[in-house]
Amino acid sequence: MANANGNAVLDSMDERVKACTICHSAEDKVGRDAYYPRIAGKPQGYIFNQLRNFRDGRRYYQPMVILLENMSDEYLREIAQYFSSLQLPYPDPERIKMQPEEIKLARHLIYSGYPKRNIPACSACHGDILMGVEPAIPGLVGLSRAYITAQLGGWRNGGIMRAQTSDCMSEIAKQLTESEVNIVAKWLANQPVYGKPSSFDVLSSELVDRCSRTILENGGAE
Amino acid sequence: MRYWIMVLSVIDYRKSIASLWIYIISLTFALLTITAEIMASEAENSNAVHYGAYLARIGNCMGCHTTKGGQPFAGGRRLSTSFGVFITPNITPDKETGIGLWNQQDFWQALHQGRSRDGRLLYPAFPYTEYTKVARQDADAIFAYLQSLPPVSQTNPSHDIFFPYNSESLLAVWRALYFKEGVYEPERSKSAAWNRGAYLAQGLGHCSACHTTRNALGASQNETLTGGQIMGMNWYAPSLFSHLEAGSGNWEIDEIVALLTTGITKRAVTSGPMATVVRQSLQYLSQEDALALATYLKSLTENDTSSVPGVHFLVTTGSFRKHLELGEKIYQEYCQACHGADGKGTPGTYPALDGNRGVVMDSPLNVIRSVLNGGYPPTTAGNSRPYGMPPFQQILRNEEVALVVSYIRNAWGNRASLVRALDVDRSKGGDD
Ligand code: HEC
Ligand code: HEC
Ligand code: HEC
Ligand code: HEC
Ligand code: HEC
Repeated sequence: MANANGNAVLDSMDERVKACTICHSAEDKVGRDAYYPRIAGKPQGYIFNQLRNFRDGRRYYQPMVILLENMSDEYLREIAQYFSSLQLPYPDPERIKMQPEEIKLARHLIYSGYPKRNIPACSACHGDILMGVEPAIPGLVGLSRAYITAQLGGWRNGGIMRAQTSDCMSEIAKQLTESEVNIVAKWLANQPVYGKPSSFDVLSSELVDRCSRTILENGGAE
Repeated sequence: MRYWIMVLSVIDYRKSIASLWIYIISLTFALLTITAEIMASEAENSNAVHYGAYLARIGNCMGCHTTKGGQPFAGGRRLSTSFGVFITPNITPDKETGIGLWNQQDFWQALHQGRSRDGRLLYPAFPYTEYTKVARQDADAIFAYLQSLPPVSQTNPSHDIFFPYNSESLLAVWRALYFKEGVYEPERSKSAAWNRGAYLAQGLGHCSACHTTRNALGASQNETLTGGQIMGMNWYAPSLFSHLEAGSGNWEIDEIVALLTTGITKRAVTSGPMATVVRQSLQYLSQEDALALATYLKSLTENDTSSVPGVHFLVTTGSFRKHLELGEKIYQEYCQACHGADGKGTPGTYPALDGNRGVVMDSPLNVIRSVLNGGYPPTTAGNSRPYGMPPFQQILRNEEVALVVSYIRNAWGNRASLVRALDVDRSKGGDD
């Protein structure tokens, strides 16, 4: 197809999601403090779940709600597949100053957790290298501090964000103190990114059970 | 009913000591008849359910009676209007929280007369003002379908209607003034297709619930689908009676059918609430009904000769030209890649802006909203992987939006009034 100016309009997903990439852009157009989260390379089931959440009123960000409002599940699945398979370079990590004791706390939370407070290690679900687990758990690196803080804050306040009320992640976020959230967000934003999402079998059966509502009804990422 | 007579006659035979054989044969025959009758009535019922499901789609009952991501037909959806917030009721056959205890007559009373089972007057946020035109047989089919659904136990909050509209006597006055009860009456001089189209548009399709100016009491000003700002939604539903708005008198029938059932054609695309209507309802029109509806819509503006108001005088003034040049720059930077330097777009992918009646419509509301919010046409069988328009609210300032909208309203063959930053500001919000 070519339009009247002779520009080829490609019959591609690239072209179809231009309305998305104005914000979720390839380049880091909008600077490191940007609130727009990266979506390229995230697990497909996770992206699909989020798109349905926005469309069906379980996660709220009005500009996206308007775009997704009249889209079928099939198309959302295809869009999720597209972004999931997209390989884009990651931006450099942020350089936020942290005290040694903050770093210690962050690492403890992320790699050991606090079993007494019913907080498993973040890495137990998000993968050893924190790049997420197929098909429905997202990575924690490559996100901005502002975005991570807002997501954890959303769950803690129990607003309508992803309001699957008994969702495993919202329960964990509710256990975290505000200062833990801030510290963990800083630490995560400082990490460089490498590697790919882990495969499903790294999850213990206990954790699979705990998140079954989110990750098993995995949005058809077969 | 006939099988009761057969059973009675069997008993007669036994009484009159007829031969056992006759008795057995008759009994077998009677049983066969009973089975056949039951099967026939079940088939009839399943036909009704089937047809009822189709009609419910065309009436888009599910669209209003379902919350986002909620159980179909279980209600709970909020409809904000200037009279307050209405919460749609549960119309699944649950006995406590839905309409499980209703019979056909109760349902007819609601759809046709706008009264609930207990006699309460219903608010016209439920478009019974249009549904009253639906034939009894069709209403019964819809009821059969609704009763065949799995019951969902869900109690919804009550309406929150502002004073004084919460008074039933005011509603009674309103009804006396604006509600005309009555099934659609065919016009003898018109074709069967035209009448079918009119029946669908004026009745189940409830087009005029949006495509009409509402007065301060929320009543459609007249029955002529003349366009108006939809209550509680910041969108303008253009007139189906003017070729300057959404009229399609000079369109080919096939093109009208395509717009209604796929949401997109080479010179128009449905957006906002209309995209939702197409996705939830019109895309399911049977070929025959789509053709009928298109025939009716086309007839509405076939003799319309209204022409564009004389804004083209302005083109000569220098400041006007400068204004448009600024808009053109923005267009070249942000819009041209998709809509083309000549405004012709790419058919079926990116809508043309040149000659697009939505762009030059008197009310600039929808154009401004398109630029602010972007959007995708609905996914339909005929357009299952649509292309999208990015939102520019985060990128362009109000003044810039006003400039680029003024430009596309006056570029190429387009002529329409200029848009001010104030208009842009007024077009924001009102989405939920
Ligand atoms: C106006 C900017 C904008 C546009 C356009 C946009 N997004 Fe987003 N997107 C965001 C923001 C901001 C968030 C984070 C929202 C939040 O939860 O607070 C987000 C979140 C997401 C997420 C969830 C990311 C995660 O890690 O949880 C996905 C997936 C996504 N967007 C996909 C899309 C797709 C697909 C489109 C196009 C149909 C799109 N977005 C269009 C700004 C945008
Ligand atoms: C029991 C498993 C589990 C554990 C443990 C866990 N998470 Fe999660 N996390 C999830 C799941 C599942 C999601 C996806 C939720 C969804 O689909 O909305 C998620 C999502 C997130 C997100 C949103 C990412 C995005 O792109 O929007 C953040 C941030 C997050 N987790 C942080 C953490 C932190 C920090 C910890 C450790 C304190 C942690 N998680 C521990 C399962 C877990
Ligand atoms: C534009 C939104 C809308 C559409 C479309 C709609 N309804 Fe409703 N409906 C409502 C609202 C709002 C009420 C509540 C009115 C009231 O309480 O006064 C209602 C009430 C009802 C009631 C009465 C329930 C009761 O308990 O009294 C029935 C029955 C009903 N609708 C059936 C239908 C059917 C069948 C269709 C499709 C042919 C349909 N509705 C389409 C908004 C809608
Ligand atoms: C919920 C409100 C609503 C209902 C119900 C509705 N419309 Fe619309 N319609 C709109 C709005 C708003 C627009 C303007 C946006 C657009 O152009 O798509 C519109 C636009 C249109 C257009 C012009 C589309 C274009 O871009 O040129 C046509 C034709 C149309 N409607 C026909 C109908 C018919 C026929 C029905 C009934 C079967 C109907 N509408 C029911 C709200 C509605
Ligand atoms: C990435 C491609 C793309 C870009 C860039 C783009 N548009 Fe669009 N535009 C579309 C698509 C696709 C639609 C149909 C959207 C819908 O159905 O909601 C559309 C719809 C419109 C409409 C509504 C047309 C109608 O029939 O209702 C207007 C007006 C419009 N665009 C103007 C603009 C302006 C002005 C700009 C620049 C500021 C622009 N567009 C940039 C793709 C684009």
